Amino acid sequence: MLKDITLGQYYQTESLIHRLDPRVKLVGTICYIISLFLVNKIQGYVIALIFLAIIIRLSKVPFKFMVKGMKAILFLLLLTVVFNLFLTPGETLISIWKLTITKEGVRVAMLMAVRLSFLIIGSSVMTLTTTPNHLTDGMEKLLNPLRKLKVPVHEISMMMSIALRFIPILMEETDKIMKAQIARGADFESGNLIKKAKALVPLLVPLFISAFRRANDLAMAMEARCYRGGEFRTKMKPLIYQRADRLAYLILIIYLVICFLAGR
Amino acid sequence: MSLLLEGVSHIYGEDTNLAVAALCNINLEIPEGQFIGLIGHTGSGKSTLIQHLNGLLQPSHGKIYFNGKDINEKSFDRKELRSKVGLVFQYPEHQLFEVTVFQDVCFGPKNLGLEQKEVEIRAYKALKQAGVKEEQFYQSPFELSGGQKRRVAIAGVLAMEPRVLILDEPTAGLDPAGRDEILGQIKKLQKETGITVILVSHSMEDVAEYVDRIIVMNKGKIILDNTPKEVFKEYKCLEEVGLAAPQVTYIMESLKEEGFMLSAEVTTIEEAKQEILSCFKK
Ligand SMILES: Nc1ncnc2c1ncn2[C@@H]1O[C@H](COP(=O)(O)OP(=O)(O)OP(=O)(O)O)[C@@H](O)[C@H]1O
Ligand SMILES: [Mg+2]
Repeated sequence: MLKDITLGQYYQTESLIHRLDPRVKLVGTICYIISLFLVNKIQGYVIALIFLAIIIRLSKVPFKFMVKGMKAILFLLLLTVVFNLFLTPGETLISIWKLTITKEGVRVAMLMAVRLSFLIIGSSVMTLTTTPNHLTDGMEKLLNPLRKLKVPVHEISMMMSIALRFIPILMEETDKIMKAQIARGADFESGNLIKKAKALVPLLVPLFISAFRRANDLAMAMEARCYRGGEFRTKMKPLIYQRADRLAYLILIIYLVICFLAGR
Repeated sequence: MSLLLEGVSHIYGEDTNLAVAALCNINLEIPEGQFIGLIGHTGSGKSTLIQHLNGLLQPSHGKIYFNGKDINEKSFDRKELRSKVGLVFQYPEHQLFEVTVFQDVCFGPKNLGLEQKEVEIRAYKALKQAGVKEEQFYQSPFELSGGQKRRVAIAGVLAMEPRVLILDEPTAGLDPAGRDEILGQIKKLQKETGITVILVSHSMEDVAEYVDRIIVMNKGKIILDNTPKEVFKEYKCLEEVGLAAPQVTYIMESLKEEGFMLSAEVTTIEEAKQEILSCFKK
């Protein structure tokens, strides 16, 4: 049941996109999102779609797998569309009872739907092709200049990578404890809201205890290996741009230019 | 209360590129009242197999019957099944959550919808059977030692009075004395109540003394299924899959090679002692 959430999950395979430097993917995703909000002509979206399709193809992640992750936010998408459809003022097209659909509303709603779904798929390509560790590494390096402004860049990225690392562990743990309690006759599914909330106690208490235990163990293990924060820390595999990465940046710039020229 | 598995396979993550076939075509019959040892190397699929027996996992292929009824049928009462087939997980102490030991053990029977009185009687009995001392009944379960927690967790399942008790490595991480004590208590319980017990372990030494039947798994398949004596005779086969017969078996084999007239029908240290003594007396 928990395993159906694919948003933000890594999909392991060997591909060109997987091998790219995480910084390229981060910058690329941000640029892609910006491009989605800058263009407002249909040509621009066609180009964005083609670009995305090529990237997905290259990443070798099955499209089915991505769509599965989309299901979780389908509701949000629908909500946005409905609100935009009915609440945008302008030239009336149809009016049912107190609700009116305007010409502008249809346009904005469609625009939002396209933008949002491209945005979500685009950023899930990044998370699907980059391990959490790589991602935070890339982020740390990208944000490094902020250090001069006394921003604790290393600490932030360390916290993020630990948090990300713990998600699958805690999911597994949840699954295990849930099974153990079900084996003792616990029922997590039936009953009203209050009963359901109460049923969570046998799950949450052991889960919290195990999370604290793990956090404690981790802190101890880090200390035992002389972890002292980011100062003077070197990396075993430092991030260095390769030719493919430079090429990727070039392609990104070309995409942005075309998109901008065609879509404005 | 018999369990029957027919061609059961289980594949984790079936529609991803990380599919793992944890069980392949398992056929198994578990009649009432047996004490069974389920042995296998790490990752051989033991835990996966036992989770099928009370419906926590559904097989990818194949059928499981409990008293002749298919347990994965929609109309089958899973809750009833789970009260009849008690499952103690690996490291069960991680499932404790209540304020006191006693309340925690009450959780299972309470879920069965029994009266408070009956719940408490069962909890008391189960704690006694699992060998928990009375002065610990009203302590917080989190203040106990690892071995004591383990007993409490086992009691939590015993309190549901299952007809089939499955224990997944109940002795992992315990000292030899604690191990013998827990296994001894389970054996005693099985003798008294005639329930079926399935004991999962990866050490032959642990189970040899207690079980009447050993099932050996390797890579998701059952490779041996017989009485301990017969299984230990295949010690070469066991070694191939990263397991070993108990040390006595090797000692007896070596002694036989040296020309001593010993019978091969020895599985425990006690039996070996008798056998060797009687050999010298001759
Ligand atoms: N939740 C899961 N998701 C994916 N694969 C799993 C999962 N649980 C187990 N596996 C895989 O299934 C196989 C069998 O695992 P299982 O836990 O049944 O082994 P085991 O015999 O109990 O081992 P151990 O002695 O270490 O407990 C292993 O290869 C394991 O990697
Ligand atoms: Mg296991």
